[in-house]
Amino acid sequence: MRPVIEQSAAELARAVGAKEISARDVIEATLAQIDAVDGSVGAYITSLHEMARASALAVDRRIAAGEKMRLAGVPVAVKDNMCLAGTRTTCGSKILGDWIAPYTATAVQRIIEAGGIPVGKSNLDEFAMGSSCENSARGITRNPLALDRVPGGSSGGSAAAVASRQAVVGLGSDTGGSIREPAAFCGVTGFKPTYGRVSRYGLIAFASSLDQIGPLARTVEDAALIYEVMAGHDGMDSTSIDRDVEPAVTAMRSDLRGLRIGIVKEFDTGKLGHEIDALYKRAFADLRKLGADLVDVSLPTAEFGLATYYLIAPAECSSNLARFDGVRYGLRVDGADVGEMYERTRAAGFGPEVKRRILIGTYALSSGYYDAYYVKAQKVRTLIARDFQRAFEECDLIACPAASSPAFGFNAKSDPYSMYLMDYYTIPMSLAGLPALSVPCGSVTGEGAHEPLPMGLQLCGPLFSECALLGAAHAYEQASQHAKEYKLAI
Amino acid sequence: MTQWESVIGIECHVELKTNSKMFCACPNEFGGEPNTKVCPVCLALPGALPVANKIAIEHMIRAGLAFGAEIPEFSKFDRKNYFYPDMPKDYQISQYAMPLTQGGAVRYWLADGSMKECRLTRIHLEEDTGKSLHAGTTGRIAGSSHSLIDFNRAGVPLMECVSEPELHSADEAIGYLEALKRTFVQLGISDVKMEEGSLRCDANVSIRPAASTELGTKAEIKNMNSFRSVHRAIESEIARQIEIVQSGGRVVQETRGWDEGAGRTHTMRSKEQTHDYRYFPDPDLVPVEVDRELVESIRTALPELPHERFARYRGHLKLTPAQATQLIEDAALGDYFDACVSASGHAQQSANFVLGDLARLANENRMALYDSPVRPEHVGELVRMVESKTINSKIAKDLIARMWAGDGSPAAIVEREGLAQSSDVGTIDPFIDEVLRANEKSVMDFRAGKTNVLGFLVGQVMKASAGKANPRIVQERMREKLG
Amino acid sequence: MPSQEIDIRYVAKLARIALTDEEVEVFGRQLGDLLGHVEALSELDTASIAATAQVVESRNVEREDVVSGCLERERVLEMAPQAQGVYFRVPRIIAEET
Ligand SMILES: [Zn+2]
Repeated sequence: MRPVIEQSAAELARAVGAKEISARDVIEATLAQIDAVDGSVGAYITSLHEMARASALAVDRRIAAGEKMRLAGVPVAVKDNMCLAGTRTTCGSKILGDWIAPYTATAVQRIIEAGGIPVGKSNLDEFAMGSSCENSARGITRNPLALDRVPGGSSGGSAAAVASRQAVVGLGSDTGGSIREPAAFCGVTGFKPTYGRVSRYGLIAFASSLDQIGPLARTVEDAALIYEVMAGHDGMDSTSIDRDVEPAVTAMRSDLRGLRIGIVKEFDTGKLGHEIDALYKRAFADLRKLGADLVDVSLPTAEFGLATYYLIAPAECSSNLARFDGVRYGLRVDGADVGEMYERTRAAGFGPEVKRRILIGTYALSSGYYDAYYVKAQKVRTLIARDFQRAFEECDLIACPAASSPAFGFNAKSDPYSMYLMDYYTIPMSLAGLPALSVPCGSVTGEGAHEPLPMGLQLCGPLFSECALLGAAHAYEQASQHAKEYKLAI
Repeated sequence: MTQWESVIGIECHVELKTNSKMFCACPNEFGGEPNTKVCPVCLALPGALPVANKIAIEHMIRAGLAFGAEIPEFSKFDRKNYFYPDMPKDYQISQYAMPLTQGGAVRYWLADGSMKECRLTRIHLEEDTGKSLHAGTTGRIAGSSHSLIDFNRAGVPLMECVSEPELHSADEAIGYLEALKRTFVQLGISDVKMEEGSLRCDANVSIRPAASTELGTKAEIKNMNSFRSVHRAIESEIARQIEIVQSGGRVVQETRGWDEGAGRTHTMRSKEQTHDYRYFPDPDLVPVEVDRELVESIRTALPELPHERFARYRGHLKLTPAQATQLIEDAALGDYFDACVSASGHAQQSANFVLGDLARLANENRMALYDSPVRPEHVGELVRMVESKTINSKIAKDLIARMWAGDGSPAAIVEREGLAQSSDVGTIDPFIDEVLRANEKSVMDFRAGKTNVLGFLVGQVMKASAGKANPRIVQERMREKLG
Repeated sequence: MPSQEIDIRYVAKLARIALTDEEVEVFGRQLGDLLGHVEALSELDTASIAATAQVVESRNVEREDVVSGCLERERVLEMAPQAQGVYFRVPRIIAEET
C-alpha cells in the first residue's frame, strides 16, 4: 500500500470507512508530514494539530457508530480567509490580529460534516489579493517543487500544502484566478465552480460578485468529490444558487469523444514564448487524440477583462474591507478621536496591495467617477459574458492556459501591474461567473530555473457545467499523467 | 413689508415591526441588555452575509399602497458607504437608485378639520445602526471623552419616508407626522414610538416671499425627539430665518440641531460637509422583483385608513374634527364606535356617549372602553332609548354606570325596572297637580310674572315621578295648568 | 474617461487610511498607471449595454421572519479591542456623520 499521505481523498475515505485504517492514523501521518516539511514550505499560517486530533477521534467514533461519510478522515487545508469556529482567522493580514472566529463557514462546515478534518489554516495573499502569496503579512510560502519560487496565489498555501502532502485536499477561493493560478504553479488541480455554487457564508469577502470557494487536489476526482460535498444552496448566502448539484464524481470520463473544445483565437500562446507555446499546442493535440473536436472560437472582449476586473474587484473590496475599523475586533491603533483611530488602524493593519486596491476602488466609486469607471466596467462585464455565451454556441468547453508563465521567483514582480497580468487568462471566466479549472499539463524550464516547472491547462465551461468540465479534465489527466512528472524539492 | 411663506420637507426614519432584524435572525425588540441581540451578520464579523427579511419587504409594500405610491416591478439594495462607529459594516444597506416605493401622498388634516395633502418622494428600506452613548461630561457628543456602543439596534429594519417640500407651517408638519404615525400603527407595521426611537425625523426648513415659487436656502433641523419639539423647532427656525432675511442677511445651507432647553436651533455643521457615499448595488443581495399578486393581495387586505375614516366621520357622520380625530387616534376605539353607530343608527349621540361618559369611566378605570363589559350593542340600545325619549338623560347616566358595572343590556334594565319615561298625560297630570298643590307660593309667584319658577316646578314633577316623566310634556302641561 | 490626476489624499480620507507622504507619491503614481490601462475600456461602445452587477441572475431571495440564536455577549466583547462594561468603547466621536 502507498503511504497514507500519498493517497487520494477517495481512497482514504473508503479505507477509513471500511476501518482498514483509522482517521487518527491518517491525521497523525499528515501532522508528521507537516512537522517535517512545513518549516521549509510555509503553507500554513496556523496549524491545527490539537483540533485535528480531536476531530479524528470524533470521526472514528462516528465510523464505529456506523455512520457513512464521504470524506471520512480526509485531511483538509483551509485557506485562512474562511472562518472555522475556535480557530484564529487572519486573512494573511495584520488587521485581524489574533481574531478567533466564533462561527464556521458553510463550505467548511459541510466538509466537516462529511468527515473531513481541517489540519491547518493556509497562507494567502492578504485578503486574497495577489498572485504569489508574497502579499501575506504572515510570511511567505515556498513552492514545494522549487523552493526559490512562489506557489502562486492567492490560494498559494492550500496549493503548496496539497502538493507537499501536508493535506490531501485544500480549500481555496478564486476571485480572478486565485485557485487556478496556484494550482498550475504547484502542479495540482484547482477548480473554481460556477459563481454561487458554493456558499460564501464565512468566506471573508474580497469582491463579493466574484469570490467563489473551490477545491485544490492532486486528482480531478478528488476535486470533484470536494466540490460535490461543498456545493448547493445555503440560506445564509443570498447569492448562493438554489439549484440541484448533479453528481460530479460519477461524471468522470475516459475520453473526450463527442466534445467540441474551443481554442480561443485571441489567446495566442505564441506570445508566451516557444517552449510554452509548444507545451499548449501539445496539450490541445492531446485533447484531440482523446476524441475531442477542436474548434476555433473568439472572445473579442476578453482582453478587456483585466481592466474591467481591476475596477470591479477593488470597488467591491473598498466597501467590503471598511468593517476592519478597530471598533469590534482585530487590530486597533489608538488616536485622539475615532477618525484618527480609524486612519491609524487601517494604515497599520493593511499591507500595500490591499491599500492600493481600497484606494482604487474608493476612487472608482466616488462622486463624479462612478459612471465612468464602475458602471462602465459592469457594462464591459456584460460584453465579456456575452462573448462566452456566443463561444459556447460553437463549443462545449474552452481550453486555454491557466497562467502565462510558470512559477516565478520571489520579488520578481515589483510593479503591481505586471503581477496583475498573471491573471490575464483566468479573469475573463471569473467576470462571467463560469466554472473553470486548471489541470497539470506538463512542465517548462522557467527563466533561471534549475528544475522543470509545472504548467496548467485551463478548461472552462458554460454556467453550471461542472460535471462536463470535471469529466473532461479527468479524461485528460488520466491519459496524460503529467502530475507524475513533478518532483517535490523537499 | 414682505410676507414670508415657509417651505418644509420632512424625512422620517421609522422602525418596522418584525420579529427578526432586516438581514439576520436576531430579535427586533426595543431595549434589552446591551450587546446581547447580535450575531455575526449584524455585528459585521468577517465573512458574514445579509439575507433580506421577507416581512419587512411586505411591510414596505403595505406602506406604499396606503399612500397610493407606485410599487415598481423591480427594486434593489445599495450600499451607502461611510464610517461611523455604531454602524458595524461601515456601510449601510439602503436603497438609492430603485426604492421599493415611489411617489404617493400623505393626506392629513388640521385642527379645524381641513384636509391637506403632502406628496411623498419615496419610501425606502434600510437598516438601523447601533446606539452610541457619549460618555464624559454631558452625555452629548460635544465634549465627550469617549463613546460606548450597543449594537442591539444595528440591523433593525427601517423605512425612510421622504416628503416633498410641501408643508407650510409647523401645524402642517405635525398634521403630516400624525397622519404617518396613525397610518403605520393602523397597518400594524410599526409602533412608531418617538420615545423609543422607533420614529425619528429631520425637517428641511426654508422661507421665501409669499407667491414666490422658488425654493429658498434650507436648513436641515435635527435632534427633535417629540412631536412637540418638532413643532417648536420649526416655528423657531422659521422665525430665525425671517429675522435674518429681514435684517438684510442671508440664510446659509447648514445642518442645525434643536436645543430643547434653550428653545432654539444651533449650528451643527457650519458648512455642508461633502458627503461622498459611493452608493453602489450591494453584491451580497439579489434584486427584488415585486410579485404583482402579492401587491394585489396586500392592497385588498388594507384596512380603512385614517384619512378615509376621517372623511367618513366628518362627511357622512357629521362629527366634529375633534371627535373624529379622537376616534381615529385609537383605531380599535374607532371600530367600537362604528359598531355603536350601526347598532344605534345615531352617530352624534353615540359619539357623545363614547367620548363623554364612557370615555370618562374608561379613563377612571384605566381600561380601554373596548375591553370593558360595555358592549357596542348595549350602547346602541341606550342611544336608541335616549333618541326615542324612552328614557331621559339622567336615567341614561345611571344606566351607563350600571352597564360599566356589568349589568348588561340597558333595554332589559329599563324594562325590568320600569324606568321608561312617560309622555302619557294621564300618568303625568296627577304628579303636576300634586306639585302645584304643595307649592302654592311658587304658583302665585308665577302668576305674578316670575316665570322663572317654572323650572323649579318642572324639577319637582320630575323628582316626584322618579325621573320617568317626559320633561317636555311636563312643561307643556304645567303652562296650560298655570294658564 | 476622466483625467488620471487623482486626489489621492481625498480618496484616502474617504477610505480612512492614513498615508505617508511617500505613500501618497507611490500610490498616486501606481493608481495613475492603472487608470491608464483602464483607459482602454473607452474603446468599447457600451451605450446600449446593460450593466452586470451579478453574473448569475437571481431574484427575491428572502428569509422568513423568524428569530434564532444570538452570540453570547461574553464572546462578543472578548473580540473587542476595547470594551467597557457591557459596551464596546471607542475614542471620542468628533462630528456627527449621519
Ligand atoms: Zn444579528
